[in-house]
Amino acid sequence: MSVVLALVAVCVLAALGYAGGQVEGWRWIFGAVLPYLGIALFLGGIVYRVARWASSPVPFRITTTTGQQRSLPWIRQAKLDNPFTPAQTFGRMLLEVLLFRSLFRNSKFELRAGPRLVYGEEKWLWLAAMAFHWSFLVVFLRHLRFFLDPVPAWVAALQSIDGFLQIGAPEILWTGLILPAALLYLLARRLFQAEIRYISLFADYFALCLLLGLAGSGVLMRYFTKTDIIAVKQLAIGIVTFSPVVPASLSGLFFVHLFLLTVLLAYFPFSKLAHMPGIFLSPTRNLPNNNRAHRHVNPWNYPVKVHTYEEWEEEFHDKIVAAGLPLDKE
Amino acid sequence: MAETTPKLDELVQIDYRPPETPWMDTPVEFRRGTFCYSAAAKNLEYLGFPNPRDWQPSDEDWKLPENWREIILKAMEDRLKKFRSFRLFMDICVRCGACADKCHFYIGSGDPKNMPVLRAELIRSVYRRYFTRAGKMFGRLAGARDLTIDVLKEWFYYFYQCTECRRCSVFCPYGIDQAEITMIGRELLNEVGVNINWAVEPAANCFRTGNHLGVQPHGFKDSIDFAVDELEEITGVRVEVPIMKKGAEVLFIMPSADYFASPHYYTLLGYFLLFHHIGLDFTVSAYASEGGNFGLFISHEMMKRLNDKMYREAKRLGVKWILGGECGHMWRVVHQYMDTMNGPADFLEVPKSPITGTVFDHARSTKMVHICEFTADLIRHGKLKLDPSRNDHWNVTFHDSCNPSRAMGLLEEPRYILKTVCNHFHEMPENTIREQTFCCGSGAGLGTDENLEMRLRGGFPRANAVKYVHEKHGVNVLSCICAIDKATLPPLLEYFVPGVEVAGIHEFVGNALVMEGERERDTDLRGTPLVKAAQAEGDKEEPAHA
Repeated sequence: MSVVLALVAVCVLAALGYAGGQVEGWRWIFGAVLPYLGIALFLGGIVYRVARWASSPVPFRITTTTGQQRSLPWIRQAKLDNPFTPAQTFGRMLLEVLLFRSLFRNSKFELRAGPRLVYGEEKWLWLAAMAFHWSFLVVFLRHLRFFLDPVPAWVAALQSIDGFLQIGAPEILWTGLILPAALLYLLARRLFQAEIRYISLFADYFALCLLLGLAGSGVLMRYFTKTDIIAVKQLAIGIVTFSPVVPASLSGLFFVHLFLLTVLLAYFPFSKLAHMPGIFLSPTRNLPNNNRAHRHVNPWNYPVKVHTYEEWEEEFHDKIVAAGLPLDKE
Repeated sequence: MAETTPKLDELVQIDYRPPETPWMDTPVEFRRGTFCYSAAAKNLEYLGFPNPRDWQPSDEDWKLPENWREIILKAMEDRLKKFRSFRLFMDICVRCGACADKCHFYIGSGDPKNMPVLRAELIRSVYRRYFTRAGKMFGRLAGARDLTIDVLKEWFYYFYQCTECRRCSVFCPYGIDQAEITMIGRELLNEVGVNINWAVEPAANCFRTGNHLGVQPHGFKDSIDFAVDELEEITGVRVEVPIMKKGAEVLFIMPSADYFASPHYYTLLGYFLLFHHIGLDFTVSAYASEGGNFGLFISHEMMKRLNDKMYREAKRLGVKWILGGECGHMWRVVHQYMDTMNGPADFLEVPKSPITGTVFDHARSTKMVHICEFTADLIRHGKLKLDPSRNDHWNVTFHDSCNPSRAMGLLEEPRYILKTVCNHFHEMPENTIREQTFCCGSGAGLGTDENLEMRLRGGFPRANAVKYVHEKHGVNVLSCICAIDKATLPPLLEYFVPGVEVAGIHEFVGNALVMEGERERDTDLRGTPLVKAAQAEGDKEEPAHA
């Protein structure tokens, strides 16, 4: 049900974008006004979100340790899984952010007759996540060729690496295939794995469908329809130079692509997609496990009602004496 | 075993297919054997907790205060402001499901609400409804729902079906820690007087007497004296255990079960032999007579209130530093909370082993050292005279306790000790040890008998791994460094793997220690006859079962 709703929602958005490209008075809105609004919501939203998280303090250092601690000098510390210094913690975060280290640990279990529980490797989720995020990054960077004039050498180089196996013309860009494939895997997983389907919300399907719509419209434009690249570049440069122009030759499909991107930008900070900046603030990952060496200060630490030794001795005075134990107050 | 406890073949008929109804429309059913009883009013009163009354979770009416919803939401807002962890973990989960099958309660029950992701959604859905714009506007479409009595009951059921073991947080790509969410969820419930007796009574006892079991000073002294007498009987050596001796170098704090429960008690004997062996100037206290801290399972405030006794007593006695015994959640508190809550301990000195001269630099601020760190250092420096063949009747495996592994990283120290003092040691499969260790299923205050079925379900993955090494290598004892483990693993293993005992690391140390002036030992510390030298030689290939 949620997935149907999400699909319908994205289709409606796509249709809206298409309409925006057709109606004369709307082209300016969909081609310039809304993209600016989207960018503003994206940047402002991320700042707001991060600031809001950061406004709550970290009262305790609750690192999750996933390897040997630093203790005695002759015991080998797992520096990246159980960091003790800020540099080691940085290394751990780098592995987490760039290579999804924790997800790489993923396993699956099976209950067999006996009863016997067996565990196996489960790397597909990690692989799909890596494939999606990295190809998304490459696609994003490739798009810089529309926004920058002249196109920097590294952007051109990235594109030629991406298309290193030239099949026909236009050349096939790998990321353009990997990105939707990974998204489809992630969607299929939600749909066909019973327990994942059970936990999935509308928001989960919506994000996937939106990204699929965005990628799909991009793929269609590149390989199946004619797109006026010069016009696209005019629009893109117009946006970054704050002198927007909306050329007349832009296709309806381009407006679909642009509007879905606008929606993604606006939606990003206020949804679960905010996990991207969020991971950097995660207290179980971004803190060194050096609690006993460096005192962590809790800004709201407050005095609590305790049972002092004096109260204790008073309450158990006779028993302490009878047991022959020493008293503080003779 | 209670009469209602299912037989093994029934228990493991686990259906992992989720129910037909969406989880928001599937109310909780309080089935006997799967939940803990409510906290007794007298305990709540003693601790000054809200809403003391007579009630049970299976009752229709929980006798909540009129404005319970406002209380909870206000407390929630407060925690969102105080804990970045909570705020962040409410926002960034993408429901990828990597954590789903990592929870021992999910593996053992098949209940989808025991998937950490869904356990967290129980509270996230309420967060969205009252604290996010999307949730206020779009309700269920945005994954939000009203806080109703049924939701509250669900929170109770599932936050007390989480042992705060943190295994899920190892696998989460964002490090979301269900233990943190459970801890805060329990704090919220606590505000309206919804809590369990197995957590609150020990806390009340500990606040009053100094330990969870409610042992008073004379009882404490008796226990220690009894251990000293027993050690003399076994070894012929009379050790000295000074109680509340001012000016001792080291204050030793252990979980109270060590001096009041079995098999913990044999670990206690091991500690005392060790301290005598090296001539440690130490003392124990009847006031700070608890290493563990059931406050951890109730609220941050209660944790702080109980933990206070440690530094307070160390200061009063004028010791130089603190040595801590074998206990799991105790070490979560000591390592990750104590210094922040009740420090700085500037009246203590940086811990230094008086025997080896090793400075425990990694504990220079908190000034408390784990006994496994201490003993590993002694062994490394050759300060212990050991005869590991005295443990030859034991074929040992090691269960990493949740907190020392995932909130500390104490992995190699106990293994180093075990491999030195025992000749037969085998690891369980790698998905079940170290940072991936499986909980005993009874931690975080859930180790009570009325909850036995759920404990067995939660302990199933652990027991299964033990069964594997029992059958493959003839392992006959599961060693661990946690008092809750020592109390709850024996019934678990009796159910799943009869014939495997449970023991602490320092029990094996005590067995192996060759004491000056000792008489020839016929039995180990728990009275099991030793395998004689000649016999042990012949048994090398296939170690004897106890």
